[in-house]
Amino acid sequence: MSTASTTLPSAGPAAGSRSFFSRLREGDEIARLITFLFAASVVFITILLVFELWQGSVLPRHKFGFAFFRTSVWDPVFEQFGALPFIYGTVVTSAVALLIAVPLGIGAAIFLAELAPARVSDTLEFFIDLLAAVPSVIYGLLGLFIVVPLMREYIQPALKNTLGFLPFFKGPAYGLGFLTAGIVLAIMVIPYIISVSREVLLSVPRDQREAALALGSTRWESTWKIVVPFARTGIMGSIFLALARALGETMAVSMVIGNAPVISASLFSPGDSIASTIANQFSEATGELYTQSLIELGLVLFLLTFLLNGLARILILVTSQRGSGMGNA
Amino acid sequence: MKRIAAFLLLSFGLAAVFVARAALSITGAGATFPYPMYSKWFAEYHKKDANIEFNYQSIGSGGGIKQVTEGTVDFGATDGPMNDDQLKAFQDKHGFPVLHFPTVLGADVLTYNIPGITGELNFTPEAIAGIFLGKITKWNDPAIAGANKGVNLPANDIYVVHRSDGSGTTYIWTDYLSKISDEWKSKVGKNTSVNWPVGLGGKGNEGVSGLVKQTPNAVGYVELIYAVQNKMPYGAVKNSSGAFIKADLASVTAAAAGAAKNMPDDFRVSITDAPGKTAYPIASFTWLLIPSKFSDASKRDAIKGFVKWMLADGQNFTEALSYAKLPKEVVAKEEKALNSIQ
Repeated sequence: MSTASTTLPSAGPAAGSRSFFSRLREGDEIARLITFLFAASVVFITILLVFELWQGSVLPRHKFGFAFFRTSVWDPVFEQFGALPFIYGTVVTSAVALLIAVPLGIGAAIFLAELAPARVSDTLEFFIDLLAAVPSVIYGLLGLFIVVPLMREYIQPALKNTLGFLPFFKGPAYGLGFLTAGIVLAIMVIPYIISVSREVLLSVPRDQREAALALGSTRWESTWKIVVPFARTGIMGSIFLALARALGETMAVSMVIGNAPVISASLFSPGDSIASTIANQFSEATGELYTQSLIELGLVLFLLTFLLNGLARILILVTSQRGSGMGNA
Repeated sequence: MKRIAAFLLLSFGLAAVFVARAALSITGAGATFPYPMYSKWFAEYHKKDANIEFNYQSIGSGGGIKQVTEGTVDFGATDGPMNDDQLKAFQDKHGFPVLHFPTVLGADVLTYNIPGITGELNFTPEAIAGIFLGKITKWNDPAIAGANKGVNLPANDIYVVHRSDGSGTTYIWTDYLSKISDEWKSKVGKNTSVNWPVGLGGKGNEGVSGLVKQTPNAVGYVELIYAVQNKMPYGAVKNSSGAFIKADLASVTAAAAGAAKNMPDDFRVSITDAPGKTAYPIASFTWLLIPSKFSDASKRDAIKGFVKWMLADGQNFTEALSYAKLPKEVVAKEEKALNSIQ
């Protein structure tokens, strides 16, 4: 990783004596300029996005203020808008999804990268990439027609009979709800976690493993104690990607979450998420306050993503004191 | 690889030629419910007059109203009529009004899934309002059972399913409920999406019907066309004359004919709970929104020509796609209104 340059046309280490124009002719400066613009465009788009969302939500920001985050009535007829149930639904479904997907995904990645024969690993990788490319509406329909009946008939009654004393597994078993949405999201994000984590694990230098084995550790010890910590930053990156996908997913969630703005500790309860609500209601929304409230929901989702990503990064900084060599993967 | 690239280039080139050949392209946007009908009409009309090409984006009624007000499309389309504020916004921006033209009719039906019940159920307005307000919670409630003598309704909890996405279907449904129940009107109201007192939301007709089909004891509303095409069971509803009427093309047109006598000049009329012995009570027009003045005379003539054709020959295509025809009285009135477009 190169150190950040403060001025744009600053020269690379070897370019000190040559003039700006000769460097320009050789293409270095042009390449630098063009790639700089590409990189800058990301920042520009982000700023523009926030600006537009901010501008587009003037009315509800003035009318509701912070009550927008605290109240839970969403009534387009009487123009009362509160985002709390949607924020809750977004966080809960994403949390359930990661809770399921992270152990499964990382476990599978470890197997594929460390333990499986190369041919098996490559074949499976092909299927995983295929899964990652399936459009979310397909996952949504799959969820609605397969996961929902399974949940209603088997999984939810079973959970109720065994863990029913917990507040998470109470209430009628509709088949839809936070838990189902979380499971469908988990299925959707697992390929991301496996694919990225596998690549990162594969790129851990061979001598790390050999050194561990030479010191007398078993295969599993070298994997779990040396290779995985070495790749930790990259694995965390895959989890970020999964989290971002889960937070912003619309179609699949919308099909299976039940779409009722409810806050309930029970994972069996129907709920709603921010992205799903925007997708559901924006096209037919009439009235300035209503449409602008939906735009403010977009702003809330952006802030939520920002906040959760920030928190996760801090978590990594705190936990990655020991070991870890891989750069950004 | 090269061959594919050459082929692509050629097809793009051909496409460009064809696009350039259509002398006049007219853009519209709005309601999704009549989209299959509109695309059929636009295709048929293009066959008739190859110089005119309609480009319709089914982005939803709200979007249709917004875009026609902004002036980004030549015409809009909506499942619920524009309200007075929206009409005023258009008038203020352009200096002339926008006109509503009914095109076809649609209806909502109540579909259900009760284990052991295969026959057709009857629903009174009180039963429907009670179910959707969350006051009637069991299938054997007297309000439902009273209209279904001889049917052995179970004592099971009712699962209510509604649309989660904003839609004209929901507008018709809540418009009907607002008319037959004062409590609904004051507590919930009518809109393309509302704050539902009870129930689960399914996305689109397919979401609602999917949930109803697989959840025992569920009830939900879908478009008539969707129910017919998917052979779903649906109930008869008691109309304002006290008769239980099953929704079909004839009973929906009858509802429009019942309302046609009191049709206001701007065509903004709700035909839910319409008078008439054979009228199905949960039906609605869907409208085109056409500005009353065009700066481009060729566009004006093209749109007027199309609407004229749609009201006459175009209506013959409706029933094949399960849309109900406009009643004659309405057609005559629209033809008159069409002349006022300048």
